[in-house]
Amino acid sequence: MKRQLILISVLVSASVVTSVSASEEESFGKWVMSISRTKEVKAVNNELYAEECGACHYAYPPGLLPIQSWEKLLDAKALEDHFGENAELDEADLASLQKYVYANSAEKSYYKRARKITRSISEGEAPLRITEVKYIKRKHHELTEEMVKGNKDVSSLSNCNACHTQAEKGIFDDDTVNIPNFGEWDD
Amino acid sequence: MLRKIASTLIIFFLIPQWVYAESAAKELQSLYATQGADAYSAKTGGSKWKREVASKNGDNRSCSTCHTADLRQSGKHIKTKKVIQPMAFSVNKDRYTKTKKIEKWLKRNCKWTWGRECTAQEKGDFLEYLLAQ
Repeated sequence: MKRQLILISVLVSASVVTSVSASEEESFGKWVMSISRTKEVKAVNNELYAEECGACHYAYPPGLLPIQSWEKLLDAKALEDHFGENAELDEADLASLQKYVYANSAEKSYYKRARKITRSISEGEAPLRITEVKYIKRKHHELTEEMVKGNKDVSSLSNCNACHTQAEKGIFDDDTVNIPNFGEWDD
Repeated sequence: MLRKIASTLIIFFLIPQWVYAESAAKELQSLYATQGADAYSAKTGGSKWKREVASKNGDNRSCSTCHTADLRQSGKHIKTKKVIQPMAFSVNKDRYTKTKKIEKWLKRNCKWTWGRECTAQEKGDFLEYLLAQ
Protein backbone atom coordinates (compact mmCIF):
# COMPACT_ATOMS: atom_id res chain seq x y z
CA MET A 1 0.00 0.00 0.00
CA LYS A 2 2.72 2.37 1.04
CA ARG A 3 4.75 1.47 -2.04
CA GLN A 4 1.73 2.14 -4.22
CA LEU A 5 1.27 5.55 -2.65
CA ILE A 6 4.90 6.42 -3.30
CA LEU A 7 4.58 5.25 -6.88
CA ILE A 8 1.48 7.34 -7.45
CA SER A 9 3.03 10.43 -5.93
CA VAL A 10 6.13 9.99 -8.06
CA LEU A 11 4.00 9.68 -11.20
CA VAL A 12 1.89 12.69 -10.29
CA SER A 13 4.88 14.90 -9.58
CA ALA A 14 6.57 13.73 -12.75
CA SER A 15 3.54 14.72 -14.80
CA VAL A 16 3.45 18.12 -13.11
CA VAL A 17 7.11 18.67 -13.88
CA THR A 18 6.85 17.64 -17.53
CA SER A 19 3.70 19.64 -18.12
CA VAL A 20 5.63 22.87 -17.68
CA SER A 21 6.00 23.74 -21.31
CA ALA A 22 9.35 24.51 -22.86
CA SER A 23 8.04 27.82 -24.12
CA GLU A 24 7.61 29.17 -20.62
CA GLU A 25 10.78 30.68 -19.38
CA GLU A 26 9.47 33.55 -17.33
CA SER A 27 11.09 32.67 -14.06
CA PHE A 28 13.92 30.73 -12.56
CA GLY A 29 11.36 28.69 -10.61
CA LYS A 30 9.64 27.50 -13.75
CA TRP A 31 12.95 26.70 -15.32
CA VAL A 32 14.02 24.58 -12.34
CA MET A 33 10.70 22.76 -12.44
CA SER A 34 10.98 21.96 -16.12
CA ILE A 35 12.62 18.80 -17.38
CA SER A 36 13.33 20.46 -20.71
CA ARG A 37 15.42 23.14 -19.01
CA THR A 38 18.61 21.39 -19.93
CA LYS A 39 17.74 21.17 -23.59
CA GLU A 40 17.43 23.08 -26.80
CA VAL A 41 16.49 26.72 -27.46
CA LYS A 42 13.37 28.60 -26.47
CA ALA A 43 10.94 28.50 -29.40
CA VAL A 44 9.72 31.77 -30.91
CA ASN A 45 6.61 32.84 -29.02
CA ASN A 46 6.01 36.30 -30.43
CA GLU A 47 3.45 36.71 -33.19
CA LEU A 48 4.93 39.87 -34.70
CA TYR A 49 8.40 38.32 -34.80
CA ALA A 50 7.12 35.13 -36.39
CA GLU A 51 5.21 37.11 -39.00
CA GLU A 52 7.71 39.85 -39.87
CA CYS A 53 10.93 37.83 -39.81
CA GLY A 54 9.27 34.62 -40.95
CA ALA A 55 7.93 36.34 -44.07
CA CYS A 56 11.36 35.98 -45.68
CA HIS A 57 13.26 33.32 -43.76
CA TYR A 58 13.07 30.84 -40.92
CA ALA A 59 12.31 32.93 -37.83
CA TYR A 60 15.48 32.28 -35.83
CA PRO A 61 14.83 31.94 -32.10
CA PRO A 62 16.40 34.98 -30.34
CA GLY A 63 18.36 32.57 -28.12
CA LEU A 64 20.62 31.72 -31.05
CA LEU A 65 22.52 35.02 -30.82
CA PRO A 66 23.73 37.26 -27.99
CA ILE A 67 22.27 40.72 -27.48
CA GLN A 68 25.27 42.54 -28.97
CA SER A 69 24.58 40.73 -32.26
CA TRP A 70 20.87 41.46 -32.22
CA GLU A 71 21.48 45.13 -31.50
CA LYS A 72 23.47 45.39 -34.72
CA LEU A 73 20.92 43.44 -36.77
CA LEU A 74 17.79 45.12 -35.45
CA ASP A 75 18.95 48.63 -36.17
CA ALA A 76 16.69 50.75 -38.39
CA LYS A 77 19.52 51.66 -40.74
CA ALA A 78 20.99 48.15 -40.80
CA LEU A 79 17.64 46.64 -41.76
CA GLU A 80 17.65 48.67 -44.98
CA ASP A 81 20.49 46.41 -46.08
CA HIS A 82 19.80 43.14 -44.30
CA PHE A 83 22.26 40.75 -45.99
CA GLY A 84 21.52 42.47 -49.29
CA GLU A 85 17.75 42.66 -48.80
CA ASN A 86 15.64 45.61 -47.74
CA ALA A 87 13.90 44.60 -44.52
CA GLU A 88 12.78 48.02 -43.28
CA LEU A 89 10.18 48.08 -40.55
CA ASP A 90 8.11 50.92 -39.21
CA GLU A 91 9.24 52.43 -35.93
CA ALA A 92 6.58 50.93 -33.71
CA ASP A 93 7.05 47.39 -35.03
CA LEU A 94 10.82 47.62 -34.80
CA ALA A 95 10.65 48.84 -31.20
CA SER A 96 8.34 45.99 -30.31
CA LEU A 97 10.60 43.40 -31.95
CA GLN A 98 13.70 44.81 -30.28
CA LYS A 99 12.03 44.53 -26.90
CA TYR A 100 11.13 40.88 -27.48
CA VAL A 101 14.45 39.82 -28.99
CA TYR A 102 16.67 41.62 -26.48
CA ALA A 103 14.74 40.08 -23.60
CA ASN A 104 15.27 36.60 -25.02
CA SER A 105 18.82 36.78 -26.38
CA ALA A 106 21.23 33.90 -25.81
CA GLU A 107 23.05 35.21 -22.73
CA LYS A 108 19.75 35.65 -20.86
CA SER A 109 18.44 32.19 -21.65
CA TYR A 110 18.60 29.17 -19.37
CA TYR A 111 18.30 26.78 -22.31
CA LYS A 112 21.25 24.51 -22.88
CA ARG A 113 22.05 25.40 -26.47
CA ALA A 114 21.67 29.10 -25.80
CA ARG A 115 24.14 28.76 -22.93
CA LYS A 116 26.58 26.87 -25.11
CA ILE A 117 26.27 29.52 -27.79
CA THR A 118 27.00 32.24 -25.24
CA ARG A 119 30.04 30.35 -23.92
CA SER A 120 31.44 29.88 -27.43
CA ILE A 121 31.43 33.61 -28.16
CA SER A 122 34.37 35.58 -26.86
CA GLU A 123 33.89 38.91 -25.14
CA GLY A 124 33.39 41.83 -27.50
CA GLU A 125 32.52 39.51 -30.36
CA ALA A 126 29.19 40.20 -32.09
CA PRO A 127 28.61 37.66 -34.89
CA LEU A 128 26.02 38.85 -37.41
CA ARG A 129 25.39 35.40 -38.77
CA ILE A 130 24.30 32.47 -36.64
CA THR A 131 26.44 30.31 -38.92
CA GLU A 132 29.52 32.23 -37.68
CA VAL A 133 28.89 31.33 -34.05
CA LYS A 134 31.63 28.94 -32.95
CA TYR A 135 29.27 26.48 -31.30
CA ILE A 136 27.10 26.32 -34.44
CA LYS A 137 30.17 25.92 -36.66
CA ARG A 138 31.50 23.12 -34.50
CA LYS A 139 28.17 21.32 -34.59
CA HIS A 140 28.08 21.38 -38.40
CA HIS A 141 31.73 20.74 -39.28
CA GLU A 142 31.09 17.16 -40.42
CA LEU A 143 28.70 18.25 -43.16
CA THR A 144 29.95 18.09 -46.72
CA GLU A 145 29.55 20.66 -49.48
CA GLU A 146 27.10 18.38 -51.32
CA MET A 147 24.85 18.17 -48.27
CA VAL A 148 24.48 21.92 -47.85
CA LYS A 149 25.59 24.37 -50.57
CA GLY A 150 25.38 21.90 -53.43
CA ASN A 151 22.07 20.53 -52.17
CA LYS A 152 19.27 22.33 -54.02
CA ASP A 153 16.84 21.74 -51.17
CA VAL A 154 19.19 23.21 -48.57
CA SER A 155 21.56 25.62 -50.41
CA SER A 156 22.76 27.35 -47.24
CA LEU A 157 23.54 26.52 -43.64
CA SER A 158 21.27 29.42 -42.73
CA ASN A 159 18.17 27.46 -43.78
CA CYS A 160 17.96 25.69 -40.40
CA ASN A 161 14.54 24.24 -41.05
CA ALA A 162 15.60 22.61 -44.33
CA CYS A 163 17.12 19.78 -42.24
CA HIS A 164 16.07 20.43 -38.65
CA THR A 165 12.52 19.14 -38.85
CA GLN A 166 11.57 20.48 -35.39
CA ALA A 167 13.26 23.86 -35.77
CA GLU A 168 9.95 25.69 -35.40
CA LYS A 169 9.80 24.30 -31.86
CA GLY A 170 13.35 25.33 -31.13
CA ILE A 171 14.48 21.68 -31.20
CA PHE A 172 17.76 20.97 -32.98
CA ASP A 173 18.56 17.51 -31.64
CA ASP A 174 20.45 15.02 -33.87
CA ASP A 175 17.44 12.71 -33.89
CA THR A 176 15.28 15.34 -35.56
CA VAL A 177 17.66 15.97 -38.47
CA ASN A 178 16.69 14.87 -41.96
CA ILE A 179 18.90 16.18 -44.76
CA PRO A 180 16.93 16.40 -48.02
CA ASN A 181 18.28 13.97 -50.63
CA PHE A 182 20.55 12.40 -47.97
CA GLY A 183 18.15 11.21 -45.30
CA GLU A 184 18.29 11.09 -41.54
CA TRP A 185 21.44 12.13 -39.77
CA ASP A 186 23.27 9.25 -38.15
CA ASP A 187 26.00 10.48 -35.90
CA MET B 1 -34.48 46.32 -33.10
CA LEU B 2 -32.31 43.48 -31.83
CA ARG B 3 -33.22 41.39 -34.83
CA LYS B 4 -32.22 44.23 -37.10
CA ILE B 5 -28.80 44.53 -35.46
CA ALA B 6 -28.34 40.77 -35.63
CA SER B 7 -29.23 40.56 -39.30
CA THR B 8 -26.96 43.50 -40.14
CA LEU B 9 -24.13 41.77 -38.35
CA ILE B 10 -24.78 38.51 -40.17
CA ILE B 11 -24.79 40.24 -43.56
CA PHE B 12 -21.61 42.07 -42.58
CA PHE B 13 -19.81 38.80 -41.89
CA LEU B 14 -21.16 37.18 -45.02
CA ILE B 15 -19.44 39.75 -47.24
CA PRO B 16 -16.40 37.91 -48.57
CA GLN B 17 -12.96 39.07 -47.48
CA TRP B 18 -11.92 40.20 -50.95
CA VAL B 19 -14.46 42.99 -50.88
CA TYR B 20 -12.46 44.52 -48.04
CA ALA B 21 -9.30 43.40 -49.78
CA GLU B 22 -9.79 45.52 -52.83
CA SER B 23 -10.79 48.43 -50.65
CA ALA B 24 -7.38 48.41 -48.94
CA ALA B 25 -5.66 48.87 -52.30
CA LYS B 26 -8.27 51.43 -53.40
CA GLU B 27 -7.83 53.26 -50.12
CA LEU B 28 -4.12 53.62 -50.84
CA GLN B 29 -4.83 54.80 -54.37
CA SER B 30 -7.02 57.57 -52.97
CA LEU B 31 -4.24 58.45 -50.56
CA TYR B 32 -1.71 58.64 -53.42
CA ALA B 33 -4.13 60.96 -55.26
CA THR B 34 -3.74 63.43 -52.40
CA GLN B 35 0.04 63.13 -52.82
CA GLY B 36 0.03 64.25 -56.44
CA ALA B 37 -0.96 61.13 -58.37
CA ASP B 38 -3.26 61.46 -61.37
CA ALA B 39 -5.49 58.82 -63.01
CA TYR B 40 -4.03 55.32 -62.72
CA SER B 41 -3.20 53.10 -65.65
CA ALA B 42 -2.82 49.32 -65.51
CA LYS B 43 -0.93 49.48 -68.80
CA THR B 44 1.67 51.88 -67.42
CA GLY B 45 1.92 49.77 -64.28
CA GLY B 46 2.51 46.70 -66.41
CA SER B 47 5.31 48.22 -68.45
CA LYS B 48 6.98 49.59 -65.32
CA TRP B 49 6.72 46.11 -63.82
CA LYS B 50 9.17 44.91 -66.45
CA ARG B 51 11.40 47.98 -66.39
CA GLU B 52 14.95 46.92 -65.57
CA VAL B 53 17.26 49.09 -63.51
CA ALA B 54 20.93 48.32 -62.84
CA SER B 55 21.58 47.76 -59.14
CA LYS B 56 24.72 48.79 -57.33
CA ASN B 57 25.72 45.12 -57.35
CA GLY B 58 25.86 45.19 -61.14
CA ASP B 59 22.81 43.05 -61.87
CA ASN B 60 19.67 44.28 -63.61
CA ARG B 61 16.53 44.17 -61.55
CA SER B 62 12.85 44.50 -62.35
CA CYS B 63 9.72 43.44 -60.49
CA SER B 64 9.49 40.39 -62.72
CA THR B 65 13.02 39.29 -61.75
CA CYS B 66 11.47 37.68 -58.68
CA HIS B 67 7.72 37.81 -59.30
CA THR B 68 7.97 36.70 -62.98
CA ALA B 69 5.92 38.37 -65.70
CA ASP B 70 2.96 36.03 -65.18
CA LEU B 71 1.46 37.25 -61.95
CA ARG B 72 -0.89 34.30 -61.63
CA GLN B 73 2.14 32.06 -61.06
CA SER B 74 4.38 31.83 -58.00
CA GLY B 75 7.67 33.65 -58.20
CA LYS B 76 11.04 32.95 -56.63
CA HIS B 77 13.45 35.35 -54.98
CA ILE B 78 16.58 35.33 -57.16
CA LYS B 79 18.91 35.38 -54.18
CA THR B 80 17.21 33.75 -51.22
CA LYS B 81 15.26 31.31 -53.42
CA LYS B 82 12.18 31.90 -51.31
CA VAL B 83 9.01 30.97 -53.17
CA ILE B 84 6.82 34.05 -53.53
CA GLN B 85 3.10 33.47 -53.74
CA PRO B 86 1.29 34.86 -56.83
CA MET B 87 0.74 38.63 -56.98
CA ALA B 88 -2.40 38.65 -59.15
CA PHE B 89 -5.42 39.93 -57.26
CA SER B 90 -7.61 37.33 -58.96
CA VAL B 91 -5.71 34.40 -57.45
CA ASN B 92 -4.32 35.86 -54.23
CA LYS B 93 -6.72 38.38 -52.70
CA ASP B 94 -5.19 38.02 -49.26
CA ARG B 95 -2.26 40.13 -50.39
CA TYR B 96 -4.47 43.19 -50.57
CA THR B 97 -6.21 43.14 -47.19
CA LYS B 98 -3.92 45.49 -45.26
CA THR B 99 -2.79 48.96 -46.29
CA LYS B 100 0.17 48.80 -43.92
CA LYS B 101 1.42 45.57 -45.48
CA ILE B 102 1.02 46.87 -49.05
CA GLU B 103 2.91 50.05 -48.18
CA LYS B 104 5.66 48.12 -46.42
CA TRP B 105 6.38 45.91 -49.42
CA LEU B 106 6.07 48.69 -52.00
CA LYS B 107 8.64 50.68 -50.05
CA ARG B 108 11.07 47.77 -49.56
CA ASN B 109 10.79 46.43 -53.08
CA CYS B 110 10.97 49.79 -54.88
CA LYS B 111 14.21 50.48 -53.01
CA TRP B 112 15.61 46.99 -53.66
CA THR B 113 14.65 46.94 -57.33
CA TRP B 114 15.03 50.52 -58.47
CA GLY B 115 17.29 51.86 -55.74
CA ARG B 116 14.75 54.48 -54.66
CA GLU B 117 11.24 54.82 -53.31
CA CYS B 118 8.46 54.85 -55.89
CA THR B 119 6.39 57.97 -56.45
CA ALA B 120 2.70 58.12 -55.54
CA GLN B 121 1.87 57.82 -59.24
CA GLU B 122 4.05 54.74 -59.73
CA LYS B 123 2.62 52.98 -56.69
CA GLY B 124 -0.92 53.73 -57.83
CA ASP B 125 -0.18 52.39 -61.31
CA PHE B 126 1.34 49.22 -59.89
CA LEU B 127 -1.75 48.61 -57.78
CA GLU B 128 -4.00 49.27 -60.76
CA TYR B 129 -2.02 46.69 -62.73
CA LEU B 130 -2.01 44.10 -59.94
CA LEU B 131 -5.74 44.47 -59.27
CA ALA B 132 -6.47 43.92 -62.98
CA GLN B 133 -4.59 40.62 -63.10
